[in-house]
Amino acid sequence: MTAGEHESESGPLQVRGTVLTVRQVDAYYAMTIVAPGIAARFKPGQFVAVAVGGPDTSMLLRRAFSIHDVRPDHGGTVEFVFAAAGRGTRWLAERKARDVLDLTGPLGRPFPVPRDPVSCLLVGGGYGSAPLFALASRLRQRRCSVDFLLGAASGDRVFGALTARRSGRSATITTVDGSLGVRGIVTDMLGQVIHEARTDVIYACGPMGMLRQVTALARRYDIPVQVAVEESMACGIGVCMTCVLPVVGTDGITKMVRSCVDGPVFRGEQVRWDEVGTIPFDAFGAPGWEPKMRRIPARPAADEARRHGHGA
Amino acid sequence: MAPDLRVRLGSTELPNPVLTASGCASSGRELAQFIDVSKIGAVVTKSVMLAPRAGRPTPRMAETNSGMLNSIGLQGPGIDAFLQRDLPWLLSRGARAVVSIAGSTVDEYAELATRLSDAAGVTALEVNISCPNVEHRGQVFACDPVDAGAVIEAVRARARHDLPVFAKLSPDVTDIVQIARSCVSAGADGLSMINTLLGMVIDTETMRPVLAGLTGGLSGPAIRPIAVRCIWQVRAALPDVPIIGMGGVMTGRDALELILAGASMVSVGTAIFHDPSACARIARELDEELARRGVKRVSEIVGAAHEARAAASQGRVARMERT
Ligand SMILES: Cc1cc2nc3c(=O)[nH]c(=O)nc-3n(C[C@H](O)[C@H](O)[C@H](O)COP(=O)(O)OP(=O)(O)OC[C@H]3O[C@@H](n4cnc5c(N)ncnc54)[C@H](O)[C@@H]3O)c2cc1C
Ligand SMILES: Cc1cc2nc3c(=O)[nH]c(=O)nc-3n(C[C@H](O)[C@H](O)[C@H](O)COP(=O)(O)O)c2cc1C
Ligand code: FES
Repeated sequence: MTAGEHESESGPLQVRGTVLTVRQVDAYYAMTIVAPGIAARFKPGQFVAVAVGGPDTSMLLRRAFSIHDVRPDHGGTVEFVFAAAGRGTRWLAERKARDVLDLTGPLGRPFPVPRDPVSCLLVGGGYGSAPLFALASRLRQRRCSVDFLLGAASGDRVFGALTARRSGRSATITTVDGSLGVRGIVTDMLGQVIHEARTDVIYACGPMGMLRQVTALARRYDIPVQVAVEESMACGIGVCMTCVLPVVGTDGITKMVRSCVDGPVFRGEQVRWDEVGTIPFDAFGAPGWEPKMRRIPARPAADEARRHGHGA
Repeated sequence: MAPDLRVRLGSTELPNPVLTASGCASSGRELAQFIDVSKIGAVVTKSVMLAPRAGRPTPRMAETNSGMLNSIGLQGPGIDAFLQRDLPWLLSRGARAVVSIAGSTVDEYAELATRLSDAAGVTALEVNISCPNVEHRGQVFACDPVDAGAVIEAVRARARHDLPVFAKLSPDVTDIVQIARSCVSAGADGLSMINTLLGMVIDTETMRPVLAGLTGGLSGPAIRPIAVRCIWQVRAALPDVPIIGMGGVMTGRDALELILAGASMVSVGTAIFHDPSACARIARELDEELARRGVKRVSEIVGAAHEARAAASQGRVARMERT
């Protein structure tokens, strides 16, 4: 541990962790690392940020990955699932057992879980389903029922289809090419699944486009939805301000908030999806912004979500 | 014997010369999860403006070889929130606070200097003049010796007399010494350098610039030789002016390089994103680097590279003393 000298009780840690395994799982890689403190503090929805490239690397920025699973063996291990997309993740895919990696975590806010035993629908796109299984276990501990709706471009990119089928009350799979489950995208099936499962709460993780559509449909059905977003991050710990997106607070004010520390989990209806990638004119501190614009009435959907007991 | 890393910044003694770089440590709170912020030289805070500011649209960053581009656009809550929340927190943790200020007009800088002089506990002001001057067709203050001098003069006039004012220089100029001289004539007590260099990355898949703001500031080890050159030039021209050096410092060795060029203190920016405990680690490594060379006090070797022969023989003497 490099910075264990000054750790707080529940905050993130910086750990030098030994790689236990790297294995290929369909189109993805799953890496398990010994990281005792991170495993102990983890709550579903949180992520780790991993330094890549070794000593004197030219890749300065850490790569963020949702934590898929933690286990108590070896004092505590952390597993994440990733696509070898660019040069940093390709480097990670080539790691071997006993290599040592520097990781920070657990980072970000976890998924809030309901107080009551309600019906939960977990929606995942691609590797976005990775954090949903730990969430499912936690929800089941709370005697919630769990249904899965997972999708991707093709069958090999639907992460965890088998686990979802084994562990979920129901599991619906969609693929764009029809190679697994229903041909189409998750939002094609969302309405039907909500009806059949009598869904009370939706949790979603996946590409931003999917999260936006899931939020829109959830609103139509008047169901609260918690989403885990993916914005590009330079630090992952809240110091750089690269990862912001426009989010409406409970006070009705839109702020550019950091998805690494104020997220990655947000109530779907709080995110101003149409304005992601812009600075909305009425955002706190936007050009021409005036304090008098502070009071914009809170959206009805937000109140609805609070009534369901989902205030994060 | 362990080398003496202490340095003076105005009337404050810093335990070591390793500081955070503005905009790379927010106001210290998040870093405190990883390091003891009272044990590093100082926390240089994110540049604060008078009013809250939402900054630029995303994407705001792009990784480059040994560097990164950022286009944050000075997002921040404004001076009121800073004084209410961030400064008291830093002081409560026993950290030394160097407050970076930014504005769009000379008056805004002056007002910030007043507000921060009224607040107790500020160690120094760092004036980020790499901002467009709305009264001069958006020309960046730091790129014009007259504008740069005007800001520093106004800040110096309003800042409490015992509060050191450092002007933070941009390397994106033809003659950095000219700007440095102008700031010092206007009353700057010291100079910080370098800010980021303007750069651009194009995504060859989408065939569009990666950053929403099109251009961004380049930082990280890719710019370190430029930082060393700028510090060298300014130190040669103005040997008595203290310099806070920054630009691509990743290790204690890198910090030493900037010190040898003429920096009395060193700020660490992008390295924090790679390693949140970078400042504490670099201070430790600097201590080791100095001990290995038999240097007793860090202040002895500031600018030593300018007197190459003298420094080398001094080092030899010191080593002989130890054996
Ligand atoms: C909270 C969070 C959770 C994530 N969880 C997972 C996960 O479980 N599995 C997985 O495969 N991926 C996940 N990602 C995306 C993952 O971080 C990127 O795929 C990865 O950083 C790409 O690195 P690279 O070296 O392959 O690409 P490069 O193109 O070399 O990356 C260059 C830079 O851009 C950033 N970047 C590039 N793509 C993304 C992206 N999609 N999102 C964020 N930053 C990006 C990188 O961090 C790096 O700084 C997550 C991202 C976030 C923010
Ligand atoms: C994300 C980011 C934000 C920054 N914000 C500021 C800022 O608000 N004010 C400022 O004076 N410099 C700012 N800088 C510049 C740094 O303080 C520093 O001068 C520069 O990055 C070079 O140092 P480095 O290579 O160690 O990062 C910022 C740099 C980065 C990477
Ligand atoms: S990634 Fe740096 S603030 Fe979120």
